[in-house]
Amino acid sequence: MKCYIGIDLGSTTTKAILMDDNMDVLGQGITNSRSNYDTAAAVSKQEAMISTRFTLFHRAFEEIPQLEGKVDDFLGGLERNFRLEQYLEQLQDLRDTCAGFVDNVRYKGMEKAMVEALDTTFGQLAEEAIPLFAPGAERKSDFFRDIAGGRFMAISEEVAKQADLSYDVLLNVYDKSIIEVENRPPAGDLAGKFMRAMDKLVTESPEFDIKDAELGKPIQEALDVELEETFVVGTGYGRVRLPFPKDHIRSEILCHGLGAHMMYPETRTVLDIGGQDTKAIQVDGQGIVENFQMNDRCAAGCGRYLGYIADEMNMGVHELGPLASKATKVAKINSTCTVFAGAELRDRLALGEKREDVLAGLHRAIILRAMSIISRSGGVTDQFTFTGGVANNEAAVTELKKLIEENYGKVTINIDPDSIYTGALGGAAFALRAAQGDTTGQEEELGAA
Amino acid sequence: MCADVTTDVIKDASMLKQKEMIASNYDKITSAPETGVKVSSTFVPGNLNELTMCFDIANNLPEINALSNAMRKKTGAMISDAEKMGHSEDVCTYVKADLGMMAKGNIAPNGKPMPNPDMLLLSYTGCYTFLKWFELLREQYKCPTVMLHVPYEGEGKITKNMRDYVVKQLKEEVIPTMEQVSGVKFDIDRLREYMKDSAKAEDDLVWVLQSAKNVRSPIDAYFGAVYYIGPIFSAFRGTKDAVEYYSLLRSEIEERLAKGLGPVTPEGEMGEEKYRLVVEGPPNWTNFREFWKMFHEDGAVVVASSYSKVGGVYDYDGFRHDPQNPLESLAEYCMGCYTNRNLPDRTTMMADLVEEYQADGLLINSIKSCNSFAAGELLMLREVEARTGKPGAFIETDLVDPRYFSPANVKNRLESYFQMIEQKRQGGAQAA
Amino acid sequence: MSVKEIIDRCEVLFEDVNFTSAREWKDAKPGRKVVGYLPIYVPCEIIHAAGMLPIGILGGGSDLEVIHGDAYYQSYICRIPRSTVELGVTNRLDFIDGMLFPSTCDVIRNLSGVWKLMFPEVMARYFDTPQNYRKDIGGEFYKNDLRELIESLEELGGVKVTDDDLRNSIEVYNENRKWVNKVYQYRKDKPWKTPSAEIYLLMRAGEVLPPEEHTQMMQDYLAAVENEERRMKDNCRVVLNGSFCEQPPLGMIKSIELAGCYIVDDDFIMANRMITTDISTEGDPLENIANAFLTDSMPFPSKFEPSEEEKGLYLADYVRQSGAEGVIFAAASFCDPALLDQPLLYHVLDDQKIPYIAFQFAENSGQMQPIREQAGTFADSIKLWSAA
Repeated sequence: MKCYIGIDLGSTTTKAILMDDNMDVLGQGITNSRSNYDTAAAVSKQEAMISTRFTLFHRAFEEIPQLEGKVDDFLGGLERNFRLEQYLEQLQDLRDTCAGFVDNVRYKGMEKAMVEALDTTFGQLAEEAIPLFAPGAERKSDFFRDIAGGRFMAISEEVAKQADLSYDVLLNVYDKSIIEVENRPPAGDLAGKFMRAMDKLVTESPEFDIKDAELGKPIQEALDVELEETFVVGTGYGRVRLPFPKDHIRSEILCHGLGAHMMYPETRTVLDIGGQDTKAIQVDGQGIVENFQMNDRCAAGCGRYLGYIADEMNMGVHELGPLASKATKVAKINSTCTVFAGAELRDRLALGEKREDVLAGLHRAIILRAMSIISRSGGVTDQFTFTGGVANNEAAVTELKKLIEENYGKVTINIDPDSIYTGALGGAAFALRAAQGDTTGQEEELGAA
Repeated sequence: MCADVTTDVIKDASMLKQKEMIASNYDKITSAPETGVKVSSTFVPGNLNELTMCFDIANNLPEINALSNAMRKKTGAMISDAEKMGHSEDVCTYVKADLGMMAKGNIAPNGKPMPNPDMLLLSYTGCYTFLKWFELLREQYKCPTVMLHVPYEGEGKITKNMRDYVVKQLKEEVIPTMEQVSGVKFDIDRLREYMKDSAKAEDDLVWVLQSAKNVRSPIDAYFGAVYYIGPIFSAFRGTKDAVEYYSLLRSEIEERLAKGLGPVTPEGEMGEEKYRLVVEGPPNWTNFREFWKMFHEDGAVVVASSYSKVGGVYDYDGFRHDPQNPLESLAEYCMGCYTNRNLPDRTTMMADLVEEYQADGLLINSIKSCNSFAAGELLMLREVEARTGKPGAFIETDLVDPRYFSPANVKNRLESYFQMIEQKRQGGAQAA
Repeated sequence: MSVKEIIDRCEVLFEDVNFTSAREWKDAKPGRKVVGYLPIYVPCEIIHAAGMLPIGILGGGSDLEVIHGDAYYQSYICRIPRSTVELGVTNRLDFIDGMLFPSTCDVIRNLSGVWKLMFPEVMARYFDTPQNYRKDIGGEFYKNDLRELIESLEELGGVKVTDDDLRNSIEVYNENRKWVNKVYQYRKDKPWKTPSAEIYLLMRAGEVLPPEEHTQMMQDYLAAVENEERRMKDNCRVVLNGSFCEQPPLGMIKSIELAGCYIVDDDFIMANRMITTDISTEGDPLENIANAFLTDSMPFPSKFEPSEEEKGLYLADYVRQSGAEGVIFAAASFCDPALLDQPLLYHVLDDQKIPYIAFQFAENSGQMQPIREQAGTFADSIKLWSAA
């Protein structure tokens, strides 16, 4: 089956969207961007493919009478077990990598003790993995580093103590290894992992016994569908660093404009507030970009600014919006400069202003800055679509809605919970167009004009 | 406007000629202590080269020194020196590079120290910073400083009052100071002779700039034009050398045109012409080649630019130096320089260029240092887009401060802009 | 009237970004016109002589939220043009019939063109003052320039401006300047009686009121303030320099004084005392206005100083005349004239051993803590220095 993939390499996360010939989105994937865009692109692409398999399973199982009313449970169970398989595989990789560092001269004389300690630690980690991926269990993150890292430190500290080994040496090999593991291209053998996950699921819930021909066949068929990477388009902040050929790269402005158009076809103005920049884009009825503006050289008022504020207040970035929403009055904040953010914040708090009021003021300041960029790009035309990480922040959205209405009247404002995928979606659509030969012929047109 | 990168760029006869000319001017300036030649410093916009020549005074242009130093990656340290001396990070980096150069021994591009100028000719044309710049230099050099106040074309025209004012200043202030500094008596017929040559060279320059109207332009009218305007915007307007240079240049471009060739870039012949742009604002000098490459490697040719008019507008409303009315014509030259024109006129000029040169749109390179250009450019962009119906784009860099050139940022915007143009073409083709 | 009543009125005028009082003046009689001007200087006499109300447009102040104005200016340009455009696009200046953009800097100069493009129904002019100070050269140019300004005002108002109208207005402004200078002198003599925030508000009121009314207000203030019980503090005395265009937030002026510095001279608003003598009412009034600028106007950074020896000496004179002990340079961020001039002024102060500090502000600066700290440290160091 032909697949068209868009990959959006953001400064913090990398997103991928996979679509078919009919422009139906089959899968999406996300990963942290790391410092290695190659791996981030490969991981997000693989995640999109995994998610596509599940879509295909879903389609296949909907036809099976035995599974009526149970498709979601079944797929949920399958995904859980698949993630467990994936996690175990990465744990093994991490263990092997750690063990590989033991040969270093600086650990001379400790090799045996270290390997033993590592084996004990990873043994425990693997055991813990089963309840971690049990039905109903919650994980704080889906990124490997986030899950494994914290537990490794806790367990290895204990193990080191008992083995009379320095905890630091274990931490040291871990630090080196996790970077290698994270930056390694993702392992293949997806089909194997699916089959093993299926076995585990059946052990867990015998009602999903795949030996039943009626179930096994559609699964096998879905797995047999070849996902051909027909055309991949890269976009976003990191796109220029990718080893993509030039005709596989699209600007993030174009992708965002088109992506927003695909999500909401009546979109005429798009605002995206990402980690590093703020973009305002005007598109026509076909999603073609008419005009755009980005924040200038200075990153004032971008998502990163909220990050600084969160650090300054010793809070998580996702906690800022909810606290700001509790404000009774909005403090006047003048600077959205990340350099001055901390100083201004401390000044306000020292003057006795409430944290929530100051935060509300900061959110308003960010949105005021975005309003200027919107104004620079040509204002707001109905409908208005808001995307990017800050679109999930309720305090920011409230201010935005208020200011849009004050300045441009009643306008439909669209915010998709999956808006983080907007750029990747546009990229996938460009991939489809490119595969259909949509970029050829433009030079002749120039000549004719 | 600098010979430094010409060696590895283009080996055309005109280029060699230019290199020779610029080197000879630096030699003339740096050998002044031995030869006794008097040196005047002045600015590119509103420079009075023919008049200076009437007194055998050598013409030194601090703006050009600053940009030459930037191309040789020397301005970062110079600017930082000036900031240590108390200059704000917020202000013009040409000024700071110049003051920093002085602090580093004022070494000219030929490696020899610059002599102190014998006079500062403050031709106050289209930029308020010039005034402060020369007050700062005067504090160091303590030399005669003559202000030539060139009124701004606020109402979009040159009135008799404005012209009379400039002519009177030339007669009563500038010329007497030059006579006093040089010991040479002013001879208006000598000025007329030089101006005849100015006009000749100007004709050929205009022909070259307008060759970009051809679709498949033989020149780049921004990056390439930096070289073409070099002699006439600096110490050579009114010289036989300039006449010869522009005639050579013209014949070379004629040949390129006949052969259907595009512009020459530092990386050789440029490939296919995909985008035609009009550019407003000066270039960045610290990363000049890298900046240019972002255009030519994507097939973008600049077909007209405001920067090619910064030291005189010859190709827009037909101005030529006029030997019949030499002082009046110098006055009009000064007042007509690009940044001395008001924003509505600059906007109309840019919109006209987009149309006349069949460009895909206006790109603005907004320069942090230069409010004379930059203040109002965002409105200009909107207006030109509205009038021409062609999309514009906006990038931000600086003249000579390497801290303000962010390649990823600039490239991102340029790429987005080129792709937007392409997408609109396709959209337009589909709709049609 | 009490000081409080007067200053309360000034504060209302200061905070009113809708210019209600000027609107009321205009609506009081049919056909009245209002002409706005930006810093640093225009001769208000001429606008007044045309029967119009000149009002100073000094930006949007510290509380105006700038949304559309930011769309027209890059981040490295000062704030006054963007807040002024914001006032324009939000219709807060829709009662203004003409706008003058003086010869201050490239930004204000180009704003004249921005205004022409954005508000074509308003008469917008760049207003040039001469950089050549010979009567037969710069004087002649300026006189003709003023003549052109009068003609455009005549056209705008459908009026004829006679020499007697001009003489009458010259007298009104001579009187106004006399009282402006008296207020400044009073503060030099008794700075503890006249907090600078009050003086500032009093002068700002003059930017929106008819000059006759403003003159009366200053007379009332001086009469009232003499009876005010205000304790003299152990503050040092400073001259503030560099805030002649974009205006600092009132909080900055208060912070400097709270930190222990009496501001005994400043350049916040220069138009009201730019001319340092009475302009003669004898002879050709235009020539008198023109010549007053050539020979009797205050130095400011956008004005060329023909003599190298004289450059910046005025600041040391201000320090002496006001009995100040130091200078605080407070320039707006990205203000080319102020910031480029500063090193030259530093050298003059260094030569004369006058201490100084420098910081920058924007009209909407929100953080006063660093300013309080710097001004406080400066005050302490001056006291220590003079004690030693």
